[in-house]
Amino acid sequence: MSNRPLSPHLQIYRPQLTSVLSITHRATGVALSVGTVILLYWLQAVARGPEAYAAAQELLGFWMVKVALAGWTWAFFYHLCNGIRHLFWDAGKGFELSTVYASGYTVLGASAVLTLLTWAYVLAAPGGAA
Amino acid sequence: MTLRSSLGRVKGLGSAKEGVHHWRHQRLTAIALVPLALWFAMSLLCKVHADHATVVAWIAAPHVTVLLLALSLGLFWHLKLGLQVVIEDYVHSPFHQIVAQILLRAFAGLGALLAVVSILKISLGS
Repeated sequence: MSNRPLSPHLQIYRPQLTSVLSITHRATGVALSVGTVILLYWLQAVARGPEAYAAAQELLGFWMVKVALAGWTWAFFYHLCNGIRHLFWDAGKGFELSTVYASGYTVLGASAVLTLLTWAYVLAAPGGAA
Repeated sequence: MTLRSSLGRVKGLGSAKEGVHHWRHQRLTAIALVPLALWFAMSLLCKVHADHATVVAWIAAPHVTVLLLALSLGLFWHLKLGLQVVIEDYVHSPFHQIVAQILLRAFAGLGALLAVVSILKISLGS
């Protein structure tokens, strides 16, 4: 039983856009779940008062945290865009192979552009360089 | 031949041992989270370097408080539903499965409570 081959056998199965985007949706979902810890940390810091809030802002401005936040921003936009793609499928629309690929590339492009626009705004905003 | 009714066979006999409840809630929270998450992301972006008083004043506005509470509940319910399936798919030992599912519920429940209490504390001012 345990020695029987898996089908499709993942080690020799050529990755396709469809399968890669599918597992990425799940991976970004897990990453975003972990990221809620940052969100909760920031929110409770606001509730605690000005000192805790200042400490949180300082921590979130640290460059390594910023890199993580940038990755998280992309995960957010990817999960959002691809989630909308999934909702269209749930409504029974967009199942033609050409449409599936077109919507897949659209999700990749849109999530990349939205992430770049977001961080261009963050870094250009007053006090952003600090 | 079987003595079970068709309904009895259909109810709870799928691989998930349950009906469409999970699927439906995942979609409903997804639909709710599209506008809520976009609004929250845009709002946060406008407050990225704001001081404490500005953030508190924003959260304390009644419509913002309500939308943030809705976002928190929808987000952590969606999180629980999604991670539940990930654990169901990848954790194979029954013991670890139960432990992971309990830890997930603890995290999602406590996370939602912390968010709600923080928002209310800021909004009701104390």
